[in-house]
Amino acid sequence: MTVIGMGGTLLSIWLLSLVIDLLRRIFPFRESENKE
Amino acid sequence: MIDALLMGLNGLIVGLTNLTLPNVIMISAGCGLLYLGIKKDYEPLLLVPIGFGAILVNIPLAGMMEPEGFLRYFYDAGVLTEIFPCLIFIGIGAMTDFGPLLENPRILLLGAAGQFGIFLTLLLALMLGFSYLDSVAIGVIGACDGPTAIYVTSKYAPHLLGAVSVAAYSYMSLVPLIQPPIMRLLTSDRERKIVMKYEGKKVSKTLKIVFPIAATIVTCLIAPKGTPLMGMIMLGNLLRESGVVSRLTKSAENEIANVVTLLLGLTIGATMEGSAFLKGQTLLVLGLGFLAICLDTVTGVLFGKLMCFLSRGKVNPLIGAAGISAYPMAARVVQVEARKYNKHNHLLMHAIGANTGGQIGSVMTAAIMLSVLKGMGLG
Repeated sequence: MTVIGMGGTLLSIWLLSLVIDLLRRIFPFRESENKE
Repeated sequence: MIDALLMGLNGLIVGLTNLTLPNVIMISAGCGLLYLGIKKDYEPLLLVPIGFGAILVNIPLAGMMEPEGFLRYFYDAGVLTEIFPCLIFIGIGAMTDFGPLLENPRILLLGAAGQFGIFLTLLLALMLGFSYLDSVAIGVIGACDGPTAIYVTSKYAPHLLGAVSVAAYSYMSLVPLIQPPIMRLLTSDRERKIVMKYEGKKVSKTLKIVFPIAATIVTCLIAPKGTPLMGMIMLGNLLRESGVVSRLTKSAENEIANVVTLLLGLTIGATMEGSAFLKGQTLLVLGLGFLAICLDTVTGVLFGKLMCFLSRGKVNPLIGAAGISAYPMAARVVQVEARKYNKHNHLLMHAIGANTGGQIGSVMTAAIMLSVLKGMGLG
């Protein structure tokens, strides 16, 4: 359980960070959005 | 006539004559929690109702937690059903800005490393003879996340609820005292002085709206048993970021969070009935919980050192200590500690990112444990 738990937590968080990275590319910041 | 008078008088002192030593000790402990909350300002929102609940439940013959007792209704309706922790999570989500985390997603990994102490404590609890489910509940104290600890404990080890929740909230308030010595012990003077510039990368509003939805789908598909926790924190955050339901956002971060915090605190205090609470086991739980938080800090800082090495000295390992759920306290501790060694070093925003990562990490850890237990046929 400890191994699966630690590994699973790290892996899923890493996966989430990849998803965030991907979302950042899909929805980049634009100055116009800021003005709205 | 005199007999009737004596019986009447007896009715007035029956509470006093039924007072036991455990009741007296727990009433004193309740007063101690009130002192910490009111005088020392340690997590007063929780320690005040918990302390008062502990006093109420130790009044003999008041029957506050008897089958039809006043606090029993709240306990059964809100704690046993796990509704209170989930409602609090909506409020936490509505109060949290994931912006610093979205600016630098890699920092999220610190939020995972900051949870490893939970698993090490779980192992230790098993070695000390606690059952599997009890050990999970004890380990979760290390999440530094009261609602998560209550959620897991009420599900798997309700008999430990008082000890676990008191430990979780008390240690959370002691983070500024617990963490700095460990941070100093594990880092060199050179490492503590590493300056991390904050570039302030801007994050689009759309990303902030999409994040809670995507995070819910991804994390809940991995660990479905944690959906009530992760779902509620992300719902709260979506309310905040969508910007179209300001009334709901305000309710989530004020009315809902406040009412549930009051009721949750009272009912947690009500689990501290003297004869049930004063056991050797409770002391062990408190000790292991303390160890869990120390180990979380250790693993967080060590992971920070690894990131420092891999980035060729660009990451200050101190921010690893913020990878726990005590938000924003742990981030402030990092900022204060870093400035002791370099007055011009401002790690706050990086630490806030790691800290919000710790919030997600603690919920994710609990979700994974729940799902693994379910897979093992124990959940």
